[in-house]
Amino acid sequence: MKYLTEYRDVALVQEYVRRIHQLVTKPWSIMEICGGQTHGLVKNGILEMLPEQVTMVHGPGCPVCVTPLHLIDDAIALAYQPGIILTSFGDMLRVPGSKESLLEAKANGANIQMVYSPLDALKIAQKNPDKEVVFFAVGFETTAPANALSVIQAAALDLNNYSILTSHVLVPPAMEAILSDPETRVDGFLAAGHVCTIMGMEEYYPIAEKYRVPIVVTGFEPIDLLIGIYETLKQLEAGSYQVDNQYARVVQFGGNPQAKEIIGKVFITSDRIWRGIGEIPGSGYEVDQDFSGYDARIKFALGHREVPEHPECIAGQILKGLRKPIHCGQFGKGCTPEHPLGAPMVSSEGACAAYYHFAQMKNETING
Amino acid sequence: MRLQCPVPKMDFDVIQLGHGSGGLMTHRLLKSGVFEVLQNEFLREEHDGSIVDLTGKTAITTDSFVVSPVFFPGGNIGDLAINGTVNDLAMCGAKPQYLTLACILEEGFALEDYWEILLTIREAGKAAGVQIVTGDTKVVEKGKGDGIFINTTGIGLVHPQADISVSKIRAGDVVVVSGLVASHGMAILSVREGLEFETTLKSDTAPVHDMVWALLDQFGPEIRFLRDPTRGGLASTLNEAASQRKIGIQLEQNSIPMLDEVEGACELLGMDPLYVANEGIFIAIVAPEIADQTVAKLCQFPQGKHASIIGRVVNNHPGQVVLNSSIGGKRVVAMLAGEQLPRIC
Repeated sequence: MKYLTEYRDVALVQEYVRRIHQLVTKPWSIMEICGGQTHGLVKNGILEMLPEQVTMVHGPGCPVCVTPLHLIDDAIALAYQPGIILTSFGDMLRVPGSKESLLEAKANGANIQMVYSPLDALKIAQKNPDKEVVFFAVGFETTAPANALSVIQAAALDLNNYSILTSHVLVPPAMEAILSDPETRVDGFLAAGHVCTIMGMEEYYPIAEKYRVPIVVTGFEPIDLLIGIYETLKQLEAGSYQVDNQYARVVQFGGNPQAKEIIGKVFITSDRIWRGIGEIPGSGYEVDQDFSGYDARIKFALGHREVPEHPECIAGQILKGLRKPIHCGQFGKGCTPEHPLGAPMVSSEGACAAYYHFAQMKNETING
Repeated sequence: MRLQCPVPKMDFDVIQLGHGSGGLMTHRLLKSGVFEVLQNEFLREEHDGSIVDLTGKTAITTDSFVVSPVFFPGGNIGDLAINGTVNDLAMCGAKPQYLTLACILEEGFALEDYWEILLTIREAGKAAGVQIVTGDTKVVEKGKGDGIFINTTGIGLVHPQADISVSKIRAGDVVVVSGLVASHGMAILSVREGLEFETTLKSDTAPVHDMVWALLDQFGPEIRFLRDPTRGGLASTLNEAASQRKIGIQLEQNSIPMLDEVEGACELLGMDPLYVANEGIFIAIVAPEIADQTVAKLCQFPQGKHASIIGRVVNNHPGQVVLNSSIGGKRVVAMLAGEQLPRIC
């Protein structure tokens, strides 16, 4: 496939793996921010190719993994209300809430439909004028423009039975939250290519400077990931901490101005709770009051509820790179891909699920 | 392609509850429907069951079909109902002979669609060389079905040389796939409500028993294990074999045959083709000595021209399927916890 096969070239992969092995002289931890990058690393078996001194820490960049429990519970509660259709991206469906996941709620009679885009949710609203259609707007800066656009279009169409339940999170504040934890053991970052496609690179310079960490904007194909890792390691070995752009074929310095404008019209920045991490100031989007009629939280008067995490789940520490899944008492026992306690065990590229399968492949005991 | 036989003249155009009553309406529906379309010496009796003659080792299987949507590029539920059961028999090393056909229709289902499905069943039965010898038709209230559900049960005679069992698999054996992977599942997905995308992909639903029979004729018990990787795809089927037999399976990503378009659609939708449903292909685990000849034999059939060796059975990582990725890495191809869900991140 054009524009893909070039970035999966075996000879080039081998060349970068060789360079990485040659370059590394001491242990380094690099966090890939984005769940898509984790997926690329796991799917292609890249983790296995890296030198032992290089630890990839799977960051909090899987939006479904960091969506707080109370929001999943809110979404489920809405879906059980007669007259409401809750629409959601597919990978959100299996994430456990405090009592059940959206999929389980669906089996119990809640009205939940999977969509690929908020614009499809909008179509469902148009087709069902007697129903309220709520879109569970999960995601990073990447999905924000389309979600915002659905609100703008609903307003333009005077469609009053559509609203969004936002769980938008932002990358740079999360990086700061991770770096400001004194226990953090992350030496460098692969910034999420798609997020930077929208938002640009500016936000990362102050972070690199303040915390003295190299940040390399990186894509998702094997060659992208390997070059991102290589460039980060090069900086680490040389003691430098620059912002670099590996994904220049897609990411421009200023991002996508049109997309940013759409986001700015509909959303305002707000504090946000991240599952497993806690509240991070200024790390999310809420619907601006100009569009409050499309904010499910206001429309359905959803209050604030506190929902505690499973007491033994250490997802937060794992997402920060402080501990490894094998350090969790429930790993592989009370928490498995079939019965996940925390979000990183849910999707196959979640840090815990990836470890779970990997340990089995190597015939290690999964109890550490 | 829609079949060209006109719908018979009836005084209704949708299925009604009365068609399941057992009374006159049922009688008329069956008479001008199933019996008319599928007519053969067995159905002519219009009896509660049929008596067939079989001598030898016999395989039996049953399968229910609930595909949504009922019509999709490359076929409809009728093709699946015949080919699915025919292929399950083939995986036992059997030549399919007789099928039963049970339909559960939902009140309000269009007669025209029902008719088309029956015609498809007739054609698929002919193509597979099987006869439908008995059946059942029921109607459920609107909202209690999804248009039409079908169950077929099949019986067939097992090849005298066949000795197919998961217990026969041993380290060193070779994994062969008979055709292109994931075409069916992606064709269905392309027309599923809410997820429609434009594509020329078609389901590859087809009977595979002729290919299987030819392999058994030539190689007999050296064909150790056969399975059609329908629901759950290649990954789930191989995981089942690996965990049942407690052996490891190593796959080569580069060798798995797939249409570019299928690969592209999977990339776009965040699906892993290894977990996408298949029809019209099967997996054979065979003795290493005959692996190349197995592929050569399959390639003689139009349906088998993409047959490939995709992996082998190993002693390492028992119970697990491990993929050597196209760039030289390794990853575990795990059993999915549930349905594959598209990813956003």
